[in-house]
Amino acid sequence: MFEDLDLMRLALPALLALLGCATASSGGGAPAEVSTPSRPPDALPLPPVRWSTEEQAVHVLDRLAYGPSPDDLRRVEEVGPGAWIAWQLRPADIDDSAVEKRLADFASLGMSTQELIASYPRAKKVAQAKGVILDGKSPEAVRAQLAGVVNPFQLPRQVGAELVAARLIRASASRRQLQEVLVDFWFNHFNVSADKGAVRWMVSPYEREAIRPHLFGSFRELLGAVAHHPAMLFYLDNWASTREGFSAPKRGRLGLNENYARELLELHTLGVDGGYTQQDVREVARCFTGWGIRKPNEDGSFEFHPGAHDRGSKRVLGVGIPAGGGMEDGERVLDLLATHPSTARFISRKLAQRFVMDTPPPELVERVAQVFLRTNGDLTATYRALFESPEFWSDSARASKVKTPLEFTVSAVRALGGSTAGDVPMVQALNRMGQPLYRAQPPTGWPEVAQPWVNPGALVARIDFGLKLASGRLTGTEVPLPAVDGAPEEVVDRTARAILHRPLGETTRTTVLAAVGASEVMPDGERRAIDPARLVGLLLGAPEFQNQ
Amino acid sequence: MSPFSRRQFLRSTGALAALGAVPGFLGRALAASTASTGKTLVLVFLRGGADGLSIVPPVGDPAYRDARPTLALAPPGKDGGALRLDDVFALHPALAPLLPLWSDGTLGIVHAAGLPGATRSHFDAQDFCESGTPGTKSTADGWLNRAVRRAPGPEGAFRVVAVQPTLPRMLVGGAPAVAMSSLGQFRLPGGPGGSAAFDALYAQAVDTALRTTGLETFEALREAGSAKLAQLPAANGAEYGGAPIARRLQDVARLIRSGVGLQVAVTDMGGWDTHVNEGSEKGQLAARLTELGSALAAFARDLGARWADTRVVVMTEFGRTARENGNRGTDHGTASVMLVLGGGVRGRRVVGGYRGLGRSALFEERDLAIGTDVRSVLWEATRAQLDLRDASAVFPAFSPGAPVLG
Repeated sequence: MFEDLDLMRLALPALLALLGCATASSGGGAPAEVSTPSRPPDALPLPPVRWSTEEQAVHVLDRLAYGPSPDDLRRVEEVGPGAWIAWQLRPADIDDSAVEKRLADFASLGMSTQELIASYPRAKKVAQAKGVILDGKSPEAVRAQLAGVVNPFQLPRQVGAELVAARLIRASASRRQLQEVLVDFWFNHFNVSADKGAVRWMVSPYEREAIRPHLFGSFRELLGAVAHHPAMLFYLDNWASTREGFSAPKRGRLGLNENYARELLELHTLGVDGGYTQQDVREVARCFTGWGIRKPNEDGSFEFHPGAHDRGSKRVLGVGIPAGGGMEDGERVLDLLATHPSTARFISRKLAQRFVMDTPPPELVERVAQVFLRTNGDLTATYRALFESPEFWSDSARASKVKTPLEFTVSAVRALGGSTAGDVPMVQALNRMGQPLYRAQPPTGWPEVAQPWVNPGALVARIDFGLKLASGRLTGTEVPLPAVDGAPEEVVDRTARAILHRPLGETTRTTVLAAVGASEVMPDGERRAIDPARLVGLLLGAPEFQNQ
Repeated sequence: MSPFSRRQFLRSTGALAALGAVPGFLGRALAASTASTGKTLVLVFLRGGADGLSIVPPVGDPAYRDARPTLALAPPGKDGGALRLDDVFALHPALAPLLPLWSDGTLGIVHAAGLPGATRSHFDAQDFCESGTPGTKSTADGWLNRAVRRAPGPEGAFRVVAVQPTLPRMLVGGAPAVAMSSLGQFRLPGGPGGSAAFDALYAQAVDTALRTTGLETFEALREAGSAKLAQLPAANGAEYGGAPIARRLQDVARLIRSGVGLQVAVTDMGGWDTHVNEGSEKGQLAARLTELGSALAAFARDLGARWADTRVVVMTEFGRTARENGNRGTDHGTASVMLVLGGGVRGRRVVGGYRGLGRSALFEERDLAIGTDVRSVLWEATRAQLDLRDASAVFPAFSPGAPVLG
């Protein structure tokens, strides 16, 4: 029995069809139309499972994508989850030009921090340059004064708005779905908040330069890119940390700042129980003195300041770092941390929480951590170990996670094959549900587990979002509504199947039928047609759609 | 044994979904009958590690100025100086709106409060403050939830409310609690009819957490709608201003004044992690304190006679280093300050066992040492407001010792 199901999943005919398609398309050269990878990689060997083809595809898309879209569901069902995952693990082989084209309008996305600071200056600075004195007595009065002077689309907030919109567009429409899920995971792991000072200009380059290029490479490279990035150096204050007794011309006496060092150990690598001491925190901080930023409010690129660096010898986690290492001290620390067993376990557990379940079995964590260690932190190998694990394919993992607000909103758009431009109403909905993107204030980022996301205020915001989306009242975000021809029972069953991918329970079905007015009879004896917006709103707000 | 409510029952046992469909009108009727005499506990959590040594600066401690060459506040009487409280302590000038409460004895201050087993991690320190079990990470519920579960009290949908987007750790557990960004946003289109279908859908949810949350949600929605809570204007000429903490406290005041049976309210405020350019009488910290001080003052005024039944505790996860760092800021430390406000507080005193900033008095030669366990202060306020007896049920393996401000 298992063997049969296994064969079903491998879907050999589909795999062969895919080969054929790829050959045909490689000569064709119409990138936006290509719907299959140019090179079919080897499918992942997956453990046997008793689920139907649709159930397997839905599970994979729930976890490695922002939920099933009609297109992606068809694709996974065609090629099988093993081949689809392998394809997703090589995003460079996936043509995503359609989405890239949509993002071309966002001028800020490709800019360096320096260009962003120059192109999106603070309102006050613009007013000052134009000789306008902002002396309004109330915020409204100041806003009125600014109205004629400042272009609202050239203010710092535009950088954030475009980045948020791009994230939502990519999450909903990119064919590199796993990549987009990993951007969310790793940005959150190495969180910075756009609300902190100059980070507002650095956050877009941060995602582009430090996070996106390293999602499938080695953890050490990712860690290093983050450690060097001015967004992180600013957010966790390392740019201002110097050896004790150091004085700078305009700023007077400076000194050590532990903020980055502590979070590097606690949140980025070892974990809070990873076996370090307060003394280690100080020593790590000393190693990173001098890792700074060239004029944070003007240039904003990385710069090492030898004069601010503590040249003495250090000792981190029992390992001596000789005097005079300069900027290399920091690199030594990153080397030490990136391959530490505590880091392997900490990262593996967090990945398992994201991809498998909120409380992952310790055996799974240990197994994945061993792969992480054996491969020197090869992230693709680590992901594979998770996706190939029996725990990932276990009944207790399926639909066991509560969607974060981002996952919920984007999966709603995708479920109906809709699209979003990431406009203000969508962004406000996320804020109301408690997840303003790029603005998580603490270095811990957003929680990976369900509990903080399940509360009455957030539930109301979710239901409200579903109703608004379905009735077309979310400007910039649209979903096509399902056809409602046929008997009401049929329509409800069909729509529920398309959105929830499982049959409704009998009581739930009765509730939904009653709520869409299926039992009402018109004066002429006809039954009233179902309002598709009402039906979709109910299903998106239903408890079944909150899980993935 | 405290009353064991239907919703608590559902939460703790995941009982039959069918029960969930029963509306909570019995509970609401009870709430209406007891609410006007009830007491309320309000917790304000300053996240990020607020600098107690600038909020209530020990201007009379000679070591204070040495430790903080650029951050120390000027002594009382000087230009921009701190506001005198006693021979040692003063109040940050941005907290001037709280002086009337100090004078009438409804503001008391605990200095050098902290949790034993110092951790300088925000995450861990907040976790311990909220689980109420310092050093033990496996505690599943929050201390305030344990307290509520054992307290007699009204059984309304708004008995326990967090005015913040997510439920804080201290309220996690068997007793139901509502979290919401604001009262104004807590509604569904279409009024009560519009939410009836969802009410029924969530009553059948397979996921226990979603089912119980749904139950709480729809009960609260009905109640908020019928009482028109979000529209209640401020009373007694209270002016809240636009800061987020002010809007949140105004929502708490609305819940108290409308008599829906609010027994516990929690909210939080960020922006206290002042590693760089903390500021002195002006600057980053002062801006936060201006928001906090005027919000609390407006809250007290708005409540009028109900202020006597209300107790507010302002806390943070840890204090900051005694000495300023190289960036005119402070790093993560140990003990900080707690403010306790409201009726029944024997205030106009700074207590807590402050031992000074001399090198030998400091913890690990860097932080203000703990003089009072945070749990003693929390327990005192909780016991008074929730009518509890047994501290160990709320804070396991802890005995509260002598009264702090009581």
